[in-house]
Amino acid sequence: MEFLPTLWFILIGVLWIGYLFLEGFDLGVGMLMKLFARNDRQRRLLLNTIGPVWDGNEVWLLTAGGATFAAFPHWYASLFSALYIPLTLVLIGLIFRAVAIEYRGKSHRESSRNLWDWALAGGSFVAAFGVGAMLALTTTGLPLNANGDRVGGAFAWLNGYAVLGGLAVVGFCLVHALAFVMLKTDGETRIRARKLLSMWLLVGLAPMAVWALIVVARSGEVLPWIAVAIAVVGAVSAWLMVRRNKEGLAFTFLGLFLVAGAASIFWAAYPVVLPSTIDAAFNLTVENASSSPYTLQLMSIVAAFGVPLVLAYQGWTYWVFRKRIVERNIPEAHAVEPIVNVLHKVK
Amino acid sequence: MDPLEIARWQFGITTVYHFLMVPLTIGLGIVVAALETTWLITKKQEFLRMTKFWGKLFLINFIMGVATGIVQEFQFGMAWSEYSRFVGDVFGAPLAMEALLAFFVESTFLGLWIFGWDRLPKVVHAACIWAATLAATLSAYFILVANSWMQHPVGVEIQDGRAVMTDAWAVFTNNTALVTFPHTLFGAFAVAGGFLLGISWYHLHRRRAEGIDTVDADGRVIVGEAPELGAARDKTDYFVWIKSLRIGAVVAIIAFIGVAFSGHAQAQLMFEQQPMKMAAAEAACHDGTGFSVLAVGDLSAQGQTDCSNIVAVFELPGLLSYLANEDFTTPVKGVNTLLPEYQEKYGTTYPNDPMYGANAGQEINYLPIMEVTYWGFRLMITFGGMAAVAAAIALWVTRKGTVYNNKWISRLAVLGILAPFAANSAGWIFTEMGRQPFVVAPNPSFTGIDQVFMFAAAAVSPGVSAGELLFSLIALTLIYLVLLVVEVRLLVRFIRGGIPSAMPELSKKHDDTDGTKNDQHDDDVLAFAY
Ligand code: HDD
Ligand code: HEM
Ligand code: HEM
Repeated sequence: MEFLPTLWFILIGVLWIGYLFLEGFDLGVGMLMKLFARNDRQRRLLLNTIGPVWDGNEVWLLTAGGATFAAFPHWYASLFSALYIPLTLVLIGLIFRAVAIEYRGKSHRESSRNLWDWALAGGSFVAAFGVGAMLALTTTGLPLNANGDRVGGAFAWLNGYAVLGGLAVVGFCLVHALAFVMLKTDGETRIRARKLLSMWLLVGLAPMAVWALIVVARSGEVLPWIAVAIAVVGAVSAWLMVRRNKEGLAFTFLGLFLVAGAASIFWAAYPVVLPSTIDAAFNLTVENASSSPYTLQLMSIVAAFGVPLVLAYQGWTYWVFRKRIVERNIPEAHAVEPIVNVLHKVK
Repeated sequence: MDPLEIARWQFGITTVYHFLMVPLTIGLGIVVAALETTWLITKKQEFLRMTKFWGKLFLINFIMGVATGIVQEFQFGMAWSEYSRFVGDVFGAPLAMEALLAFFVESTFLGLWIFGWDRLPKVVHAACIWAATLAATLSAYFILVANSWMQHPVGVEIQDGRAVMTDAWAVFTNNTALVTFPHTLFGAFAVAGGFLLGISWYHLHRRRAEGIDTVDADGRVIVGEAPELGAARDKTDYFVWIKSLRIGAVVAIIAFIGVAFSGHAQAQLMFEQQPMKMAAAEAACHDGTGFSVLAVGDLSAQGQTDCSNIVAVFELPGLLSYLANEDFTTPVKGVNTLLPEYQEKYGTTYPNDPMYGANAGQEINYLPIMEVTYWGFRLMITFGGMAAVAAAIALWVTRKGTVYNNKWISRLAVLGILAPFAANSAGWIFTEMGRQPFVVAPNPSFTGIDQVFMFAAAAVSPGVSAGELLFSLIALTLIYLVLLVVEVRLLVRFIRGGIPSAMPELSKKHDDTDGTKNDQHDDDVLAFAY
C-alpha cells in the first residue's frame, strides 16, 4: 500500500477522533441544556463550561472536512454530495447552535432565552446525529455509480446504519458531556451528573459499540478486534470509575473508549474510504480517491507543523480555564437599555 | 428548474451573506487589538472602554461569520462535486491550510480573549486578540489564494482530466492573489472605518441633543457630563466617541486610497487574464480607450453577440487605457473583438456530454451579464468613494471637537455605515459573475493541450437533484434572513446602550452595597460569562 495516502487516511481518522472527543462534550452540553439543567442559573453554568472552547473544538470538523478535500477529493465530493439533505440539516444545526451560544446570554426576555435554548439543544442534536450518520455511512457504503455519484434519489442513503451511526454519536456525546459537567462544575450539577452517568453510561455507549462490531465483523479482519476489546475495557472501566467517584479517570477511560472504538472502525474499513453498495468495483479507496503525491507531501509538511501546534495551544486553553465553576461564579444578568431611555427615567 | 441555476443562486447568496460579516471581523478586529494595545501603553480609561465596546460589537458580528463560514466549507462537496473532483488536488490545499493554520488560532485565541479578562496577564490578554485577528487576516489570504486560482489557474497541469498541482509556490504567489489580498483587506478597513464613524457620530450627537455637550461662540466643544448617568455620559464617555470617530474617519480614508491603488493593479491584471470580464465591466463593445461613466441602452445583451444598441453617454477619454496599460492611447479590446477569440480558443458549443446537463450541445455564451458587471464595478467604486468623502468631511466637521446638533445628519451618518458593505458586495458580485461562463477561468498563457479551465455548467453535482438544491436554497435563505434581523437588532440594542452595555461593572451602584461581604463575592464572579 502506498505510504502517503495511508498516512493521510490515518490523519483524517485522527481528526475525526479529535472532533468527536472535543466537540463531543460541547454538543452533549448543548443537548443537556434542555435535558438536564433545571433552571436558568444551571443553564448558564453549563454554557460557561464550554464557553471558551467550543468554537476551537468545532474547527476540528472544518479541518477534517478541509483535509478530506485536499487529500481525498473524490471521497469529499462523493460523500458530501450523496448526503446532501442530511448535511444541509447538519449545517443548519451548527448555525443555530453557534448563534444560540453567543446570543442567548444577550437576551433578557425569558421567552427568547427559551427559544435560544431550544435552538442550542436541537441544533446540537441534529448536528451530532447527522455527523454520526455520515460517519457510519462512509464505513458501510452508499449507492454510488462508477463516477462516484449517488443513484436512487435524495433519500437513497437512508438505512439502518445511518440511524445507528446517528444514535452512536448522540449517545456518546451525552455520556461524554455528563462526564465533562461532573469534572467542570461543582455542587448539585456535579452530583446529578455522576448519578445519571452511573445509570446510563453503558447504555449511551452501546450504539457505538454495535457499530464497531458490525464494521469489524464485516471486514473479516482479525487485528481490529484488539481495538474493539480495548474499547470495551475502556467503557466498563469508565463506568466503574464513575461508581467509585474517580472523575478524572472516568473521563480518561471514556476517551480510551472513543479512541479505540473509532480506531477499530477506521482500521476495519481501510483501505476503502467509501464503499459503493452497487458494485465493489466502484469503491473509493485510499489509492483511487487520493490527491497527487505532490499535494500529499505538501500537506504532510503543513500538518507536521500545524497539528502539534494546535494541540499545544488548545491544551493551554484548557489549562487556563481548568478551574471548576459553580453557580455563584455566574454574574447577574444585566439589562441593556438605550441610554436615552435611562436618561428620561432619571429625569 | 436547472440545478446549475439553483446551485449558483445558493452559492451567491450564501457567500455574499458570509462576506457581510467577514470584512467587519477583519477590519474591526484589528482596530480592537490596536485599541487594547493603546490602553496598555497609555493607561487611559477611554481606551479600555473603547476596547470593550467595540469588542462587544465585534463578537456579535464574529459569530455570524463563523456560523455562515461552515456552510461555505461544506458547499463545494455538496453542490459542486464535479468541481471538487476537478480542482481538489490544488484547491483543497489552501482550504485545509486555512482551517489548520488560521481558524484554529482564530477561534482558540478569541475564546481566551473573551473569557480571559480576569484570568490572563494584561499583555498576554492583548496578545490573544492580536493572534486572533492576525489569524483572521491569514485566513483571508488562504481563501483568496483559492479564489484567485479560479480566476487565474497557475502551478498545475492536467492529468487524467483533472487539475493536478505541480508548483505550490506558484499557487501561493499567484499574482492575482497578491493583488486581491490587499484590495480585500483595504475593503475590510473601509467597512470598519465607516462603522466606527457612524456609531460614534450617533453618540456624540446624542450627547449634544441631550444638552450634555455644548459649543462656545467659536463652535468649540464644551464637554459636559450627566452625573446621574454615571459612566454612560461622563467626560471619559465623550473621549471614547470623539476618538473613535476620528480614528474611524482616518481608517476609512486610508482604506479608500488602498483600494484605489490595489484596484488599479487588479484591473491591469484583469485586462490580461480575463479580458472579457473587463470588457463586460465597461460595456465596451468596440475596441477603445475611454472609461465609460454612464452607458444607456440594452445592457442585457445576454446571448446576443452584437451589442449594437449600447450608447456610451459620457466617457472619460483615455482613462480605460490608463487603467489597463498606464498610457492614454493603446486601445483596449471590446466584446466584439474578444468573442471570436474566445470561441476559437475554447469552442463554440458545449460538448455533447451529459456532464453539461441542460447545456450539453448548446452554444456557449462567453459574455457575462453586462448589467451586473458594468454596475457592479461602478457601484463598488461609487459607494467606496462616497464613504471616503464622507469621512473626510467628518474629520473636518469634528475638528472643533464635536458634531452638528442635527438629527438628520446623524441619521445620515448611521446610514452611511452601509456604503462600504455595499461596495464590498458589489465588488464580489462583479468579480464572480464576471467570471462566467467559467467556474475556473482559463489562463490565457496556457494554450493547446495545457489549457486548464472548467465551465460552470460542468461543475455541479451530477447526483444531486434540483429538489434537494431548492430545499437547501430556501431553507438557508430564510434562516439567513431571520438571523440578519436578529443580529441587526442585537447590534442596535448594544449600540444604543453605549458603554454600559459592554461594561456592566461601570453601571453598578456602589452606594447601595454593604461593603465587605459583597466585595468577597465579587472576587469569585467571572469577569465575563455567557
Ligand atoms: C477575505 C476573507 C474571506 C473570504 C473571501 C471568505 N472568508 Fe470565511 N472567514 C473569514 C474570511 C473570509 C474570516 C474573517 O476569517 C472569518 C469571518 C468570521 C470568522 O470567524 O472568521 C471566516 C469564517 C469562516 C469559517 C468559520 C471559521 C471558524 O469556525 O472559526 C469558515 C469555515 C469559512 N470562513 C470558510 C470560508 C469559505 C469556504 C469561503 C469561500 C467560499 C470563505 N470562507 C470566504
Ligand atoms: C475563496 C473564495 C471563493 C470561492 C472559492 C468562490 C467560489 C465560487 C463558486 C464555486 C461559485 C459557483 C460557480 C459559479 O457560478 O461561478 C461562485 C459563485 C459566486 N460567488 Fe464566489 N467564491 C469565493 C468567494 C466569494 C465571495 C467572498 C463572494 C462575495 C461575497 C462571492 C460571490 C459569488 C457570487 C455572487 C456567485 C454567483 C455567481 C453567479 O451566479 O454567476 N464569492 N463562487
Ligand atoms: C478606485 C477604486 C477601485 C478600483 C479601481 C477597484 C478595482 C477592482 C477590480 C478591478 C476588481 C476585480 C478584480 C477581479 O475580478 O479580478 C475589484 C474587486 C473587488 N473590489 Fe474593488 N476597486 C475599487 C474600490 C473598491 C472599494 C471601495 C471596495 C470596498 C470597500 C472594493 C472592494 C472590492 C471587492 C471586495 C472585490 C472582490 C474581491 C477581489 O477580487 O478583490 N473595491 N475591484
